[in-house]
Amino acid sequence: MSALSRRAFLGTSAAAGAGLMIGFYLPAQALAEAEAAFSPNAYLTIAPDGKITIVVARSEMGQGVRTSLPMILAEELEADWKQITIEQAGASTLFGDQTTGGSASVRTTWDPMRKAGAQAREMLISAAAQAWAVKPETCKAANSFVVHSTSGRKLSYGALAAKAGKLPVPDTPQLKTSGFKIVGKPLTRLDTPSKVNGSAIYGLDFRVPGMKYAVLARCPIVGGKVSAVDDSAAKSSPGVSFVGKIGASAVAVVADSTWNAIKARRALKVTWDEGANKDLNSAVIFDALRNADESKAVKFFTAGGVSKATGQKIEASYQLPFMAHAPMEPGNCVAHFRGTECEIWAPTQVPQDCRDTVAPLVGLKPEQVKVNITLLGGGFGRRLEHDYAVEAALVSKAINAPVQVVWTREDDMRNSMYRPVSLHKLSASLDASGWPVELTHRIIGPSINGQKGSPPVNGVDGDFPDEASFVYPIPNVSLESVTTETPVPLGWMRSVYALQMGFASESFIDELAAAAKKDPLQYRLHLLAKDQDIKYFDTTWRTSRMRGVLQLAAEKADWSKPLPAGRYRGIACFGCFSSYAADVVEISMEKDGPRVHRVVAAIDCGRVVNPNILEQQIQGGVIFALTNALRAQITIDKGRVVQGNFDDYQPIRMNEAPKVEAHFVPSAEPPSGAGEPCVPPLAPALCNAMYAATKKRVRALPILS
Amino acid sequence: MFSGFPKTMPTFSLKVNGIAKSVDVQPDTPLLWVLRDTLQLTGTKFGCGAGLCGACSVHVDGALTRSCTLPVSQAAGKNIKTIEGLGANGLHALQKAWIAEDVPQCGYCQSGQIMAAASLLAKTPHPSDAEINEYMSANICRCGTYERIKRAIHRAANAGGAQ
Repeated sequence: MSALSRRAFLGTSAAAGAGLMIGFYLPAQALAEAEAAFSPNAYLTIAPDGKITIVVARSEMGQGVRTSLPMILAEELEADWKQITIEQAGASTLFGDQTTGGSASVRTTWDPMRKAGAQAREMLISAAAQAWAVKPETCKAANSFVVHSTSGRKLSYGALAAKAGKLPVPDTPQLKTSGFKIVGKPLTRLDTPSKVNGSAIYGLDFRVPGMKYAVLARCPIVGGKVSAVDDSAAKSSPGVSFVGKIGASAVAVVADSTWNAIKARRALKVTWDEGANKDLNSAVIFDALRNADESKAVKFFTAGGVSKATGQKIEASYQLPFMAHAPMEPGNCVAHFRGTECEIWAPTQVPQDCRDTVAPLVGLKPEQVKVNITLLGGGFGRRLEHDYAVEAALVSKAINAPVQVVWTREDDMRNSMYRPVSLHKLSASLDASGWPVELTHRIIGPSINGQKGSPPVNGVDGDFPDEASFVYPIPNVSLESVTTETPVPLGWMRSVYALQMGFASESFIDELAAAAKKDPLQYRLHLLAKDQDIKYFDTTWRTSRMRGVLQLAAEKADWSKPLPAGRYRGIACFGCFSSYAADVVEISMEKDGPRVHRVVAAIDCGRVVNPNILEQQIQGGVIFALTNALRAQITIDKGRVVQGNFDDYQPIRMNEAPKVEAHFVPSAEPPSGAGEPCVPPLAPALCNAMYAATKKRVRALPILS
Repeated sequence: MFSGFPKTMPTFSLKVNGIAKSVDVQPDTPLLWVLRDTLQLTGTKFGCGAGLCGACSVHVDGALTRSCTLPVSQAAGKNIKTIEGLGANGLHALQKAWIAEDVPQCGYCQSGQIMAAASLLAKTPHPSDAEINEYMSANICRCGTYERIKRAIHRAANAGGAQ
């Protein structure tokens, strides 16, 4: 921290009169902005009454960040967990990138939040030592008190707050390496009580005095435009106050209630200029993948010299459809444009992107747009988009009043940004013992980041480094990408390319094991037998950790013991977001397809911050993945998305949900991703179980198509 | 040209969580939007608008009801119970069990899940796993909290349940 920021710090503390503040998230925004360049630790306030407020700068979408992130800080602070309250940060410049995605919340805030807590702890200890005229080394912090070891004197954090606020902030406070008291404990979530009594406020629940409700008629065909509008009936519909074009491809209907807006939209007559994509359909889209120009394949990971290999050649192709996130809370956003500023309340995973995208569209600068984050009723990547915020801001500006834009379920299903389709061509050569000496995995499909205008990384989609791994150290490996184009809007959906890559890769490994007439677990363990580091972009994968999750899942699933008649199982593993995961799936085959009875899931995501929340993520990831595997499919006909609601896009319900046993590998490695890594192994493990049952391979998802 | 609002709007009387309310809304307005937009009881959620997901579940004269497809005209004069009024004295046994099992993830569907579970326990105080599966499969949770929901229902049932 520089002298300038140091003075700023003192000034802030004095002005606030509220004891110790590290960061300045709250009262002095300008000061805080100046501070941000010197220290990222804008996370903590301790009030004189002992109340500890920890700022959460990521979005709570069910993954537990409003509990797990404060735990990280509270651990280093030596805080009494019962005194912790949290505050949700909106879009800010104090916290770096606030995107909630990429299974990154814990792994990227682990260091700054630990540092923020440790800084405060050292300052509180110094303050107490000064008060007692003793050496700081003779004092220690525990449970929101500083205690003098020899005399037993103690002072509470609240009592020390004002004094500690006048001390210099240490740049490199000492961090714990052992003795964790909060991190690692299965603490219950701080947000649970509000989520069982109806008081939790999601985006759709947010209200501003004088707020109107809007729904939009959007062109059902990508790239289409509004050609003509007959709004006479809509305008005379009850409660309607405004009907008007928003952008080139939508018409907004504003009313005094959500229902009146929905009803008026039904009365609206829009003629669409359907544009170039009006004849697009799913068959054309998959043909384009099959006919892609593969001479443009980019090799994004290689080992050895692939073409040299000889031996038994095995080839297989796999295919995945578009999928929709379909979070339970449909899209929505509240905006209030007030001439020289615009305030937004959004259930968003990208508050800063919302701010920066909205600003120029309503004629403001980013600093004139304030984005508040509500609770998210599910995200799964759908809320990495900013479309809802843009619409709300534009409608608010058009009507000069606060407005909530509401998407119906059909709006969400048909105007989303979908997990991309992909086609995977895999080939391998086996030696005389059945072990692969060469393997090629070519993914053919459109690029999410490419479609959104982000440049490729090493010639491939910038998501591949986190999601398109291959952890088996086969002598010759080539991972290749052929990027195609599609007009269908693409988005990042939970585990993103890892779902596609994992399905193809782990189905194929199973095919190799079958060709070699070896047990699928033992086959994988053999390939991973040697301890080895695999450098992959900026990740180093370790064979030992992948072995660890396979062995843990297999052991807990009693892999070596026979199953009852009619039961079958499959196994798969995959690494993404720097974590390792494996599933053993146990099924029976029924008339209408597989029935999944039991899933034993194991993950190695480094140090576990909260095992209770990790269990939720594993169980939830498996159920999410089961929907993907069995039924999730968005199809296109006449340029339009066919599916509309939960009747033709059916998430797994309780009567289909297997028992999910969640296990993790104890680890002192830094935390890595948790929310997404538990998704990819499920589909291949399930399809491998189906092969065990039927001796037929499932090479295209969804299984029930 | 905007032709203006209707001169008069019908008035409907409802009893919501024991309190008499009268609302001036169009008769075809689903109860869901009356609760959320008119009465500001936002604990009842909009999920599908088509009776497919159960997020909007409330009790109407004691019967589990999808408020997103029930016109307010058909709810008039009836006793409506929402998540905000489920517990007669503080939290209902199910809400306590939900907390004890730490069920919610995003939490958006949980109001509907709890209202459905309350209806189940009122009919079947000690449901089996199979009975829970059958009854609760009308509700969707995208976060995949089904296992903990089941545990919480058993816990509430064992705690004597239906209040």
